[in-house]
Amino acid sequence: MHKYILKRLLALIPVMLGVSLIIFTMMYFTPGDPAAMMLGESAPPEQREALREELGLNDPFWIQYGNWLRGIVLEGDIGTSYTTRRDVADEIMDRFPATLQLAVSGVVVAVVLGVPIGIISATRQYSIFDNVSMFVALLGVSMPNFWMAMLLILLFAVNLQWLPSSGLNHGFRSLILPAITLGTGAAAIIARMTRSSMLEVIRQDYIRTARAKGQVESKVTNVHALKNALIPIITVIGLQFGGLLGGAVLTETVFSIPGVGRLMVESIGQRNFPVVQGGVLFIAITFSLVNLLVDILYAFVDPRIKSQYK
Amino acid sequence: MSSANLSKQAVALPTAPMKKRSPWVAAWKSLRRNKAAMIGLFVIVLLIITAIFAEQIAPFGYDDQNLVNRLQPPSAEHIFGTDNFGRDIFSRIVYGSRVSLQVGFIAVGIGAIAGGALGAIAGFYGRHADNIIMRIMDILLAIPGILLAISIVASLGPGLTNVMIAVGIGAIPGYARIVRASVLIVRDQEFVEAARSVGTSDFRIVMKHIIPNSLAPIIVQATLGVAGAILSAAGLSFIGLGIQPPAPEWGAMLSEGRQFLRDNPHVTTFPGLAIMVVIFALNLFGDGLRDALDPRLKQ
Amino acid sequence: MSAEKLLEIKDLCIHYITEDGTVKAVDGMNLEVGKGETLGLVGETGAGKTTTALGIMNLIPAPPGKILQGEVIFEGEDLLKKKAADIRKIRGNKISMIFQDPMTALNPVMTVGEQIMEVVQLHKKVSKAEAIKHTQDMLELVGIPGARWVDYPHQFSGGMKQRVVIAMALACDPTLLIADEPTTALDVTIQAQVLDLMKRLKDELNTSMIMITHDLGIVAEVCDKVAIMYAGNVVEYTNKENLYRTPRHPYTVGLFNSIPSPDSDEDRLKPIEGLMPDPTNLPSGCPFHPRCPNATEKCARVIPTPIEVTPGHFVKCLEYAPGGLH
Repeated sequence: MHKYILKRLLALIPVMLGVSLIIFTMMYFTPGDPAAMMLGESAPPEQREALREELGLNDPFWIQYGNWLRGIVLEGDIGTSYTTRRDVADEIMDRFPATLQLAVSGVVVAVVLGVPIGIISATRQYSIFDNVSMFVALLGVSMPNFWMAMLLILLFAVNLQWLPSSGLNHGFRSLILPAITLGTGAAAIIARMTRSSMLEVIRQDYIRTARAKGQVESKVTNVHALKNALIPIITVIGLQFGGLLGGAVLTETVFSIPGVGRLMVESIGQRNFPVVQGGVLFIAITFSLVNLLVDILYAFVDPRIKSQYK
Repeated sequence: MSSANLSKQAVALPTAPMKKRSPWVAAWKSLRRNKAAMIGLFVIVLLIITAIFAEQIAPFGYDDQNLVNRLQPPSAEHIFGTDNFGRDIFSRIVYGSRVSLQVGFIAVGIGAIAGGALGAIAGFYGRHADNIIMRIMDILLAIPGILLAISIVASLGPGLTNVMIAVGIGAIPGYARIVRASVLIVRDQEFVEAARSVGTSDFRIVMKHIIPNSLAPIIVQATLGVAGAILSAAGLSFIGLGIQPPAPEWGAMLSEGRQFLRDNPHVTTFPGLAIMVVIFALNLFGDGLRDALDPRLKQ
Repeated sequence: MSAEKLLEIKDLCIHYITEDGTVKAVDGMNLEVGKGETLGLVGETGAGKTTTALGIMNLIPAPPGKILQGEVIFEGEDLLKKKAADIRKIRGNKISMIFQDPMTALNPVMTVGEQIMEVVQLHKKVSKAEAIKHTQDMLELVGIPGARWVDYPHQFSGGMKQRVVIAMALACDPTLLIADEPTTALDVTIQAQVLDLMKRLKDELNTSMIMITHDLGIVAEVCDKVAIMYAGNVVEYTNKENLYRTPRHPYTVGLFNSIPSPDSDEDRLKPIEGLMPDPTNLPSGCPFHPRCPNATEKCARVIPTPIEVTPGHFVKCLEYAPGGLH
């Protein structure tokens, strides 16, 4: 198991090198002059040129990329923000807790809603509950979450005035609407996956065996069937977590939450490339680690998979 | 005409062998029985008609401003009301269907063709080609989709074409994986061995045997992918990186209308509904297709 | 006859209602099992053997399955009239079942010990330690080291898995054991071992058994009585000796003729002509008449009732009915 985890972590290195090259290339070719952005259009050309030289923007592509990569590998330095002159790592870590809070609370909402609905739907296939909840789930999958956010704000913040419409300054209460926004779409996907996975499992012979033992139906479903249905459910939860990290870009914009997502969008606008590069790399690593965690979880759910992790 | 006559004759011949019922015919029959999928298909067809005949359907141009009539609630003249420039929201939504359809189909086309080709090469040639291609796909998959699209659009610049490219690139790994998986299944089957043994070229084997056998999962992924592409494009436009005003893109309309949410919610309600209805229809149809094409999942 | 009745099935009808029609899987079936007896339930695939077994356990998947009528009287009580909670107390406890395919009958994500313990803890008031002890004893009983109770099904071979299933079925000393083709999915050499094991344990524990099989060889080896099933019905029911000495029903006769016999000089087997009828569209009259060599026009009209041709030998064929075939 340890060996497997180590192997997977090592395999992450080339992937992250690839991610760094791709994102660096994209930023390199992004039109717009960071120096002009920082100094303003009115700044004299010599001053801009000096800044470009200082930032290393006049170096050839490979030198620039090499310098950036060397900084990361040798000094753990992802770069310096053009606008604030702070370490990109610090900038991101300032913003990351908000994004993480959002993503985690979104996943919690999604799992708490999605898994039970999926289970009940599967055990009562074609019942009214099943039909209604699968209809609503498909609606949830189809709803753009930024629009959902606007509707929630309109109802709960503007009209009912129960909850704050933006920011994170009201503690738990300010998390509710963003979490629902992020969570419902994911809940719909999880509910659909849980249902189809459970339907597949419920038809298996060992479920009949469990019933033939005299086991009560609730345990047949929640112990025998659910544990077997978990693999695709966990997979989709992991993927949703990645989706939520990315989707937070939109949600953070609607709710004016100072997270990594908004930081990235702002930085793209400002041509603040080091922050964008660092942010993408950081989110990609987080996402990959979550996926690794999912694969490790498989082993705890399914002994057959565990025996393959050598 | 003549070919139609010929085929009729062939059917009429009493000695003609019984035509084997193709799996596609069976899939279509089962799809026909699926009411939800048919509703989805109906909405999609309606959307396509709307996009084609936008000029005839829309009562106003998409950029006809009338500042006297700003932010009017729905009325007989403007059934969805007007926006902050006094433009008719209904007309903008009608024209917006063109944008959404283009983004949806072209982005999926890019993803499916590029991804399909890469997946076919990886699966068919295996070893090094497989390794290199699939590692690149892993890299693309390591970046959450919307973030990848944002970065690509940032580097290419905003606009319809670039949004389609960005969303399309994000979809490549999905298709590559599907096609590679089906190729791996088909590659070692006996009829491919047989084709090889009589000297059929690789290209012909891929086109004649492998593509048809991996078509069903690609079609399903593509249908659901159109929905995803439209949503992604709307999201990009929403944060200002996608299609630029005054183009009538539904996501951009939501973004522009956001500041009037408090007092004029209709400005955002209708574009939001439009996105939802279209995505819902595509999902209904895609689900139906999957059930029809993949009998294993049928209950 | 001799033994006291343990189980009696009366007029049981179980249908599967599907889009493509109604499958009459079990159609007016009657059967008896005495205490300590082993009954062989023999028939081709699709004759309704497994459905009968599931019907006894009240485990017919519904929908599409539906028990339309009939009684399943076990120890004097009709199981079909019992509440779900009461029938659960009987399942796995007084009546337990061994399924056909041991590869799929065990839950892959639970240890075999957990799965045996589950049935013990459901039906016996024992502490966890006692349950573990009993689980290990059961494994030893079927020839598996007790220490392996912490292993998962994928760590066992097919034959070993079937032993686990047998241990699970016998864990609560059932009065009736239903074995649904317990050896069909196993290798021939393993089949004999498993069969011997079942026979030995059945005798040791004095359990009654219904052995579902399509193999007349297995019947000869383990059964006391035999019921031959055809198209959802028992067509002949008697003890083993009668059946092998004087098979009466044309279908049974056909079955025996299609077994290769080492003493016979014939080069060719004599299979029964035709195929099992489509269960959604059973023939009129006697369901066997289209394949029956003796069939007459009357067989297509009249549904035969069971006739006791000699004491304890029932045959459902017009040939033995008053009035005969014409």
